[in-house]
Amino acid sequence: MSNATSHAVPHAGVHADHHEELGFFRKYVFSTDHKVIGIQYGITSLIFLFIGFSLMMMMRWSIAYPGKAVPLVGPLLEKVLGDVAAKGVISGDLYNSFGAMHGTIMIFLGIVPLAFAAFGNFVVPLQIGAPDMAFPRINMASYQAYFVGGIVMLVSFFVPGGAAQAGWTSYSPLATSIPTQGQTYWLIGMVLLITSSLLGAVNFLATIIQLRAPGMTWMRLPFFVWAQFVTGFLLLLAFPPLEAAGIMQLMDKVAHTSFFLPTGLQLTSLGHISGGGSPLLWQHLFWFLGHPEVYVLILPAMGIVCEIIANNTRKPIWGYKSLVYSSLVIGFVSFIVWAHHMYMTGMGMKISTFFQTTTMIISIPSVIILTCLFLSLWGGSIRFNTPMLFALAFLPMFGIGGLTGLPLGFNYSDIHLHDTYYVIAHFHYVVAPGTIFGLFAGIYYWYPKMTGRFMSEFWGKVHFATSFVFMNLVFQPMFAQGMAGMLRRMVDGGANYATANTPGTTGGLSDTMIHTNQTISMAAWCLALAQVPFIINFFLSIKRGKKVESDNPWQATTLEWQTPTPPPHGNFVKTPIVHRGPYEYSVPGRSKDFTPQTEA
Amino acid sequence: MEIPYTAESRPDTGLYNAKVGIWLFLASEVMLFGALFSTYILLRVGADPGKWPHGLLNVNLGMINTIVLICSSITVVMAWASLKLNNFGKFKMFQAITLLCAVIFVGIKSYEYHDKFTHYEIQLKDGRVVDGHMKEQTKDQVTVSGHYLHTEEAGAEAKEGHSHQTAEVKHEEITVKRDDIKYMENYGPWHNTYMAIYFTLTGLHALHVIGGALVIGFLWGPGSKMWRTEPERFTNRIEVSGLFWHFVDLVWIFLFPVLYLL
Ligand code: HEM
Ligand SMILES: [Cu+2]
Repeated sequence: MSNATSHAVPHAGVHADHHEELGFFRKYVFSTDHKVIGIQYGITSLIFLFIGFSLMMMMRWSIAYPGKAVPLVGPLLEKVLGDVAAKGVISGDLYNSFGAMHGTIMIFLGIVPLAFAAFGNFVVPLQIGAPDMAFPRINMASYQAYFVGGIVMLVSFFVPGGAAQAGWTSYSPLATSIPTQGQTYWLIGMVLLITSSLLGAVNFLATIIQLRAPGMTWMRLPFFVWAQFVTGFLLLLAFPPLEAAGIMQLMDKVAHTSFFLPTGLQLTSLGHISGGGSPLLWQHLFWFLGHPEVYVLILPAMGIVCEIIANNTRKPIWGYKSLVYSSLVIGFVSFIVWAHHMYMTGMGMKISTFFQTTTMIISIPSVIILTCLFLSLWGGSIRFNTPMLFALAFLPMFGIGGLTGLPLGFNYSDIHLHDTYYVIAHFHYVVAPGTIFGLFAGIYYWYPKMTGRFMSEFWGKVHFATSFVFMNLVFQPMFAQGMAGMLRRMVDGGANYATANTPGTTGGLSDTMIHTNQTISMAAWCLALAQVPFIINFFLSIKRGKKVESDNPWQATTLEWQTPTPPPHGNFVKTPIVHRGPYEYSVPGRSKDFTPQTEA
Repeated sequence: MEIPYTAESRPDTGLYNAKVGIWLFLASEVMLFGALFSTYILLRVGADPGKWPHGLLNVNLGMINTIVLICSSITVVMAWASLKLNNFGKFKMFQAITLLCAVIFVGIKSYEYHDKFTHYEIQLKDGRVVDGHMKEQTKDQVTVSGHYLHTEEAGAEAKEGHSHQTAEVKHEEITVKRDDIKYMENYGPWHNTYMAIYFTLTGLHALHVIGGALVIGFLWGPGSKMWRTEPERFTNRIEVSGLFWHFVDLVWIFLFPVLYLL
């Protein structure tokens, strides 16, 4: 039966409604095919992840060995960036640029495009049984806006003054007053990226609402589609306030308005200003996006993990409905927790109490999701292939990230932890071993559908084991450093505050804490090495990987496996009809242990 | 490959794709302008007592523009209805009026902008403040048509009000020497946070008007060829662009009282 929709029909039939073969440019560069756009997004965002990571590897050198020339790339840095990297040493300004751009690139150019746009584009239309996205040309425009936005961000490294230096959060007045063009580029880049994600969000939502195949009711949608659906709404509604804020900061920067500049602020780099603005306003608008953004980073990964767990435990997901409702609740509540990032701003006890309460409330659905996924493992006959290993690792990693967030959500304990490495460790557990592992899982899982070949299992497992070890070696010690009081965003990794350098004072950073910086940096570089097997595996397997024997190599139930491999333009040979829910694995009394959604 | 529901509605949602798309898009636009309106509120509430300017804008012009936009909202609906009634000629006529309204709106808006950019506040070294429209600038003197602000406090024109309506303020030609000027600045966005939010909000709105007019203009001109091949889809396009136009109109209905009257 499963074959009837794919291989049994000769491929000629698939191409029957192709009137002409598209040229190279129309096919790969200016494509409107959701799968090609998905792959474009995927490759571009992986490159950006690599760039963001490279910035961090250089920063880690400065943290571990402050004031020493960066090995290997030091001379190159000096050559292309000039004085900020004099003698190959990372200066404070350069560190700030790298830090701000690491955050910006990782989030807006790496994870979101990979998790939402790349996987969403490739998988969502297939999983709902649609021939393409609702608006293919808008889809293409969305990728192009993203691409140009990325270029603008990269170019900003080379403009006078260097790239933005005020953190990925770009707090004003700091961001406005640092004398660099880079901040202007950052803002223009952000406006482009926001435009891109708006176009994407509209498209995804319209597609999921309108193009579900016959029989694909809402409660038959795979959880991944639900996750993308909620993510789409977050992007749609949370990004515009940041766009507004970005426009206003741009006005402050180029038209010398004072939206975020308070009365009485006098800085030579600003010149004459009218004042009367509010720095807190920027923070409110920024975090109004910023918090929903963290769910944008995590929900797609949860969706991917859910698909893979169901497939590899050969069991229905435990609590499908709880997953769906929890993600909807997360979607709503994530709009009213933003000011938990602002406890230290003096916005007042009453407001803090409100946001502390909502923050505790939103942790409930997150815990429900995690619990459902854990319980789904119970009693399954688990296949430990590479995608599953990454998916399994996601659970405790995200668990650590989530639970360590609670002390940050209480404003009392946040006073101690705010702006320390504890925060860095917390959110990286969510996005690095958390989301990134989820995304790796997705790559290994859907690769056979994209290419018709598997990635090597052996090298996949090597990739997994090494990444797992080094990720934890990088981020686990940061909790301790943070609790010991080590602040984030410091070019010397806290040496300035070391007890050893400030004799006679109390409360400095101990030698152990300072030395841990070196351990962490070593681990970070090893983490980079651990990605080498992945990169090689990824490219070699396109030609050399083991061929899939059917269109459904993982014996999965969802619709994307009911297409030819790789799916042609237009996807399905004939419109699929959906008869059942997404996870009918090991239903007693059936001849095989999975029942595809199309099976009557 | 055919994407379903580009022209006809999907039975269970009752909508065609583009309509879902435009509603979603408008939701995001609400958030965009919502953030700017919130900014307005915060800036105004946070302003020093008595420092929020009033009466800087010409209410009559704002009123005319409001009426112009409301008219265009009506003609946009009529244009769509004409297509539904299969009357292409009337569609052309109504949509031409819409476009004309858009042009009038942008014209009046540019005049208002021009007015603000030529409107100066000049602080003199002796503490007096001249406020008025630039007549002539030479290397060593400046002539404006305006008046001296009555209070000593610089920037107090806020409370005082330089109003186009208050006839009591007599405008005279005032010439001051460059050497006597401490600081001189026109009423651009940099002048104070009120001007900043005024220019940002109305500028963004004007961009929406221009964008909307371009789309409507395209569908009125070259894009209208589609009427002959796919009338239903073309009518949908007119509906969708009309929805956008209504939104742009609606934003102005909020902008006008907030910026001109309150
Ligand atoms: C896996 C490799 C990664 C490592 C080793 C790493 C390391 C770090 C470190 C040490 C900092 C603190 C720098 C400082 O405060 O001076 C930092 C900041 C940050 N990282 Fe990462 N990171 C990684 C991946 C990611 C990913 C995947 C994301 C996002 C999705 C991310 C987002 C950020 C953000 C937003 C900041 C804050 C930047 C700022 O201070 O404005 N990082 N990272
Ligand atoms: Cu948050």
